Amino acid sequence: MTVPLLEMRNITKEFPGVKALDDVSFQVAKGDIHCLVGENGAGKSTLMKILSGVYPHGKYSGDILFEGNVQKFKTISESEAVGISIIYQELALVPEMTVYENIFVGNEISNGFSIDWNETIKRATEMLANVQLDVNPAVQVKDLGVGKQQLVEIAKALSKDVKLLILDEPTSALNEHDVANLLGLLRGLKEQGVTCIMITHKLQEVMEIADKVTVLRDGKTICTLDAHAGEVSEQALIKHMVGREINNIYPKREHIRSDEVVLEVKNWTAYDSTVGRDILSDVDFNVKRGEIIGFAGLMGSGRTELALSLFGNPEGYKIKGEMFVNGRLTHFPHPQDAISAGLAYVSEDRKQNGLILIQDVMQNITLANLHAIAKRSVIDENAEIAIANKYRESLNIKTPSIEQTVSNLSGGNQQKVSLAKWLFSNPDILILDEPTRGIDVGAKLEIYTIMNQLVENGMSIIMISSELPEILGMSDRIYVVSSGEITGELPIEDATQESIMHLATRN
Amino acid sequence: MTFIKDFQHVLKQNIREYGMFIALFVIWAVFAVLTEGIFISSRNISNLLNQAGYIAVLGVGMTLIIVIRHIDLSVGFMAGFLGAVAAIAMSFWNWPVYIVIPAILLLGLLLGFIPGFLVAQMKIPAFVATLAAFLIYRGAILVVTEGTGTIIISNDFFNAIGNGFIPDIPIGILPEMHVLTLILGIIAIAFYIWGELKARKTKRAYNFEVLSRSIFGLKLAFVAALIGGMTWVLAGYNGLSWTVVIVLIVVGIYSFVSTRTVIGRHIYAVGGNPEAAELSGINVKKITYAVFGQMGMLAALSGILFASRLQSATTTAGTLFELDAIAAAFVGGVSAAGGVGKVTGAVIGALVMASLTSGMNLMGIGISYQYMVRGGVLAAAVIFDVATRNR
Repeated sequence: MTVPLLEMRNITKEFPGVKALDDVSFQVAKGDIHCLVGENGAGKSTLMKILSGVYPHGKYSGDILFEGNVQKFKTISESEAVGISIIYQELALVPEMTVYENIFVGNEISNGFSIDWNETIKRATEMLANVQLDVNPAVQVKDLGVGKQQLVEIAKALSKDVKLLILDEPTSALNEHDVANLLGLLRGLKEQGVTCIMITHKLQEVMEIADKVTVLRDGKTICTLDAHAGEVSEQALIKHMVGREINNIYPKREHIRSDEVVLEVKNWTAYDSTVGRDILSDVDFNVKRGEIIGFAGLMGSGRTELALSLFGNPEGYKIKGEMFVNGRLTHFPHPQDAISAGLAYVSEDRKQNGLILIQDVMQNITLANLHAIAKRSVIDENAEIAIANKYRESLNIKTPSIEQTVSNLSGGNQQKVSLAKWLFSNPDILILDEPTRGIDVGAKLEIYTIMNQLVENGMSIIMISSELPEILGMSDRIYVVSSGEITGELPIEDATQESIMHLATRN
Repeated sequence: MTFIKDFQHVLKQNIREYGMFIALFVIWAVFAVLTEGIFISSRNISNLLNQAGYIAVLGVGMTLIIVIRHIDLSVGFMAGFLGAVAAIAMSFWNWPVYIVIPAILLLGLLLGFIPGFLVAQMKIPAFVATLAAFLIYRGAILVVTEGTGTIIISNDFFNAIGNGFIPDIPIGILPEMHVLTLILGIIAIAFYIWGELKARKTKRAYNFEVLSRSIFGLKLAFVAALIGGMTWVLAGYNGLSWTVVIVLIVVGIYSFVSTRTVIGRHIYAVGGNPEAAELSGINVKKITYAVFGQMGMLAALSGILFASRLQSATTTAGTLFELDAIAAAFVGGVSAAGGVGKVTGAVIGALVMASLTSGMNLMGIGISYQYMVRGGVLAAAVIFDVATRNR
């Protein structure tokens, strides 16, 4: 039996409080295209970061064998030296530099004291031919489309005599034509003897290109399937990806059937000029009073962008389409207007754009609705304290004092402060973006219980979540989003992890 | 022993807040020794406060600018330019002073909206936008003073702003002292103690952490002694100057607005996390306009104070004011990372900077070394900020 090009043995990696990888082992044979699939948070990216030296040797346990030799990468340059190259989802090119500068950045060709630009351009042209990219190497990278930028990245990797090329979700930002192009290129590289690991969410691509597929789930290797033995099918992959029991931590609630539509969105299309494409196209959905609407989908599918585009559009997307709040056609130029109309948005990243971390619990809770506790714009301190204490009690925020700085609280309690802020703004429609990300099970349960109380009192909730059990456990109705489009609407009775996964991986 | 432990604990917890008081105290003590007491004489302290006034008002405005993560380099020459415009309005156009002052303040407010527009709307870095304004105002001063050179101001009311003192009430006791100043000092101490006691009572009612009884007493005694000492020293010369009165009013208003009102809370929220503030319904653009606008108005006030103090508008008025104001804000505890800093701190910071100038002048140290020392103090203040930020 031949020695595999790469073998990772018993890899375990822990972050504070979480086991990201638990005894993961897998092998990649030379010349294969090996796909790595799994839900968000399954551990795929963590595993590749260990392989490429981002997480240095010693910060994980287990062994990496490359061409039969044990490797202890401490930095990315050490893994590159043996021929491993990784291309991330967010491209690592310098937009202001030319294509040839980018290909050789950090790996410059010098003739004595200075860079040999002629040789650089000549070699860059060869590399571009190798990836079948027909552009002038002197153009700036920022003038190329995403698909072409990706090829430049691959050319850059090839210039370093790569043996193992790792691609982290290479097709997530590409259109169909570019995807076909890229897959063709990978086949070509395979013939040249380059081995490839590809992380992807798109099962169609896996079916098309993979020699072998390894499925990760919850930080464990579930299985490795061989395409040439006919083991790979979409059904099989989805079964292995989701195959966990739904544990019963979701408090029971009567599913409400109201006909009063509080929010309706029609033909909603948003163009993001920073990435130069439509991030949402023709989205239609509605929310009824007292419902919890689940928005399922994979990361980067456009759910957060949808929420922001509805909530006063702070990112400045160019929007087409109509939004009706309580039957009236509305338009929110600023989040302020959305708040006045009864919307609230509890953001996905509470540290980045949810909370003012350097301020205290009380100041964060009252921030979105200060006028309610102010007389002629002067804040009534006693009223503010009373409000903060009220939410501290009703949401059970564990803090020594409402004067505690928010950055000192645990994730779950920070999330409750974020929730309290928006409950104090007294919304009709509450948008929760990944409401339980990064918090422990106890706090999760508390948040679910609060959500149930809120809808019982007539509030409507839009819950964006990447956790399928949470979507299934809490929603009355589910919309599935994929690549900026709604690919399906499922009543809770018909929804299963498999049916959602199908829709979420369709585009 | 618990007292000393408490004391150390409180000092450690609040080192950012108390650091500037310690710095000021050390500087005064050192200069008092080095100048054999001349530095802390009534006359010198009174002069020093008047000199600090036009930097203090700039520092107060600059604090809010830095709190929302920007900078304004144009305020110095803007103050000089507006001072010159005020002088021209009074001396050449014969406008009455009670029109000139509000008109100049309004003009400052409007001029402040220009960098506000560039920063908020055009997304130009404040450093660049205000550097351009810095050059433009420098040129503008030269243009308006081209024909005349220094413009002498002969309006007594205007000149009193920078040089005059509040009138005394003749009641016959303590003939060498300025009695009204003493009375105001006593009232200030009474108000301070009453306010602190009330705040402590409220906090205790809500079970918040309060200072231990002995530390609280010490704090009250210390601040009361500080206010009392200052008034005693000032009363021994001409009493409270109008400049100090104006600075106290400005700080009073700014302190109230920044800590107790909705707009104040919004300014600090924008500084603490602009993305979160925007998503909380705060219009970050409007806040940026407002903060640059008030800075322009305070630059106008600073220009008036300075022109009044010199009783003239000169071609070099405003030189390096912006750096002294930025230094005052940083010494006063504003954080370069945004969202943190009290306007009252900037006044202490301005006092630190003015004390350095005054003390070194008294010692006969050359201007070249003075610049170096002031630069060193600014660097030290920012290093202190960074070193104590994550505690």
